[in-house]
Amino acid sequence: MLKLPIYLDYSATTPVDPRVAEKMIPYLTELFGNPASRSHSFGWTAEKAVEDAREEVARLVNADPKEIIWTSGATESNNLAIKGAAQFYSGKGKHVITVKTEHKAVLDTVRELERVGFEATYLDVKEDGLLDLDVLKAAIRPDTTVISVMFVNNEIGVIQPIAEIGEICREKGIIFHVDAAQATGKIDIDLSKLKVDLMSFCAHKTYGPKGIGALYVRRKPRVRLEAQMHGGGHERGLRSGTLATHQIVGMGEAFRIARLEMAEENQRVGALRDRLLAGLTAIEETFVNGDMVHRVPHNLNVSFAYVEGESLIMAIKDIAVSSGSACTSASLEPSYVLRALGRNDELAHSSIRFTIGRFTTVEEIDFTIDLLQRKVGKLRELSPLWDMFKEGIDLDTVQWAAH
Amino acid sequence: MFAPVYLDHNATTPLDPAVREAMLPWLGERFGNASSRHEYGRAARKAIDEARAQVAAAVGAHPTEVVFTSGGSEANNLFIKGAAAMLKPGLLAISAVEHPCVREPARQLRKSGWRCEEIGVDAAGRIDPRSFEVLLADRPALVSVMLANNETGVIQDVVALASAVKAKGGWMHCDAVQALGKMKVDFRALGVHALTLSSHKIGGPLGAGALILDKRVEVAPLVAGGGQERKLRSGTENVMAIVGFGKACERAMADIELRAARLAALRQRLEAGLAQSGARIFSADAPRLPNTTFFAIDGVDGETLVGKLDRAGFAVASGSACSSADPEPSHTLLAMGVEAGLARAALRVSLGVGNTEQDVDGFLQALGENLASLRTLAAMAV
Repeated sequence: MLKLPIYLDYSATTPVDPRVAEKMIPYLTELFGNPASRSHSFGWTAEKAVEDAREEVARLVNADPKEIIWTSGATESNNLAIKGAAQFYSGKGKHVITVKTEHKAVLDTVRELERVGFEATYLDVKEDGLLDLDVLKAAIRPDTTVISVMFVNNEIGVIQPIAEIGEICREKGIIFHVDAAQATGKIDIDLSKLKVDLMSFCAHKTYGPKGIGALYVRRKPRVRLEAQMHGGGHERGLRSGTLATHQIVGMGEAFRIARLEMAEENQRVGALRDRLLAGLTAIEETFVNGDMVHRVPHNLNVSFAYVEGESLIMAIKDIAVSSGSACTSASLEPSYVLRALGRNDELAHSSIRFTIGRFTTVEEIDFTIDLLQRKVGKLRELSPLWDMFKEGIDLDTVQWAAH
Repeated sequence: MFAPVYLDHNATTPLDPAVREAMLPWLGERFGNASSRHEYGRAARKAIDEARAQVAAAVGAHPTEVVFTSGGSEANNLFIKGAAAMLKPGLLAISAVEHPCVREPARQLRKSGWRCEEIGVDAAGRIDPRSFEVLLADRPALVSVMLANNETGVIQDVVALASAVKAKGGWMHCDAVQALGKMKVDFRALGVHALTLSSHKIGGPLGAGALILDKRVEVAPLVAGGGQERKLRSGTENVMAIVGFGKACERAMADIELRAARLAALRQRLEAGLAQSGARIFSADAPRLPNTTFFAIDGVDGETLVGKLDRAGFAVASGSACSSADPEPSHTLLAMGVEAGLARAALRVSLGVGNTEQDVDGFLQALGENLASLRTLAAMAV
């Protein structure tokens, strides 16, 4: 028996892997010390656990543990990276570049900077969701200090050319920040090769707990930041506040499992995604959003034409999916990411993001395909637009009467 | 197995088993992102709303006044920097004994043109009324005074201070991290505009805190992004920790008087014993939290003694946990005019609901034995 609703929203958040949970429990029980307590064994035990976890996070991305700063999550990491670097290097210039399809955590942070006197350029992407390097190069100004580009897009799963962008930034002496919240455990990240200065991570998209993230801060060449949270001077003064040991332990274990199992898991998840892709594109007039080659294996974003978005969501309640990114799905604005790809409002509204993960089964995928095939068919039967389309009327040429 | 006795509850507390029970489903099958519209997400949203009501009830606030953060440090940073960002630079007054997570953000404001002044304290660690009056005459735009001190446990008369600040048109903030769960904390009765709370000091998990914020105060967010927490704190909510925080508030407040009385009785036993060892108890004459004893024994180095006590199986602190790495003597004691030598001898015992009379007696015995050997060593060195 399938447990309904089927969870296909792994990019919003993932379940905590039971092995991760198990590792966390002792720190919710007898190992409760404050890692900053230096005068007793409760504190030392907690501190050791924190440092072991730091090593695991560093290993997944081939960094030095000293380059990993704990935060409360990717949103905080993005804020610390972008504001912290822009403020620190503001003597050199006050221009920041990012991309229109970034997560709100980056876009809103850049907007905050604009509010306090910085200038920002928001780059367009191509129809496939990827950044055109020439567009980026053209946007760089002498006073550009920070460029922020996400590794993997949260809605359409496309992988940006981070290695190439890194080369451009390094050559120009610009700090390069990458939001990798959606990338860990999905693609290989080697920070000894990538010319990335700052990289944001979080645990809860990679089978770890919520409330914990990290920021990679390069040491060679050294990158400096202005702290955003001040106090006891934790995390080498870059992020004050008592460390949440159990959450940190959970992130370390989640990243350790990701390192060991990523290759195999991506094969399995990729096969499920391809099965879903074949099943959904068998439905007429469906469109995949975003490039299918430069894309993480667990993401599929599909627009179902001639179907009203809200009705579709209501009709497929047996699966838990997202119609935009989770953070904005409370609003009925069409996804700004899909609009940046050139999709019109109707198609954007009728788009569904399916994200597959560690615990997804073939049966769940087949159920989903069947559900979509039936429900889309049914909704189109009720749709006058579908009838008109079937009669060969080009809907773009229709003059609608105003009410 | 040898289990040390934990006497450092002002640094962090063990997780209340009932709180852990409430949290565990959120580490398991209830894992949704509270911003998702599907069933998984809605369940998470509902749990956060319930926790919000529990936290609000613990301090007599309205649920809509609760802004969840990653902890007390963040809540203090959010208010001080966030409120300052919405005001013209002016005077910010904080007490001389604030926690670093108030003091440091306050110092940061100097960069943006603010004057940051400290309100002095008397020898017992209470706000010095004259120092307060002098600063008040300058009409501070922002004032931050903690309800109870993390090291001495001294309770300030925040009601009177807040009323004076408000009369002059300033915003009053209060860090109640150490007070919550050890005494009654009432947002309205205190009369402050903002109040900082933390989960892990009251039997809740690490990683959650809150700013209780009067809606008349405009505050700029510290963390921008998805617009969670009324746009004041973006980022996917830490549902498990928030659920735990809510439950811990409910548990701590349910029997606050009983807890406080128990702690006070234990501490009386402790302090009677300490007096016999010739200890000087700081702020003994001031109103204090019922669980905290900050003391020094003249001529005995605090760090050395703490190390010996740890080996004897008793976990205490030589300063506040956050600055334990700092070899400087306690900032609080220096502000009280305690000379540096005696301040270096300081030790903090902070009791918790799990402690027993045996724990206290065992500690006193271990202290006595270690003092005897330390004194012998000192005598031999002369």
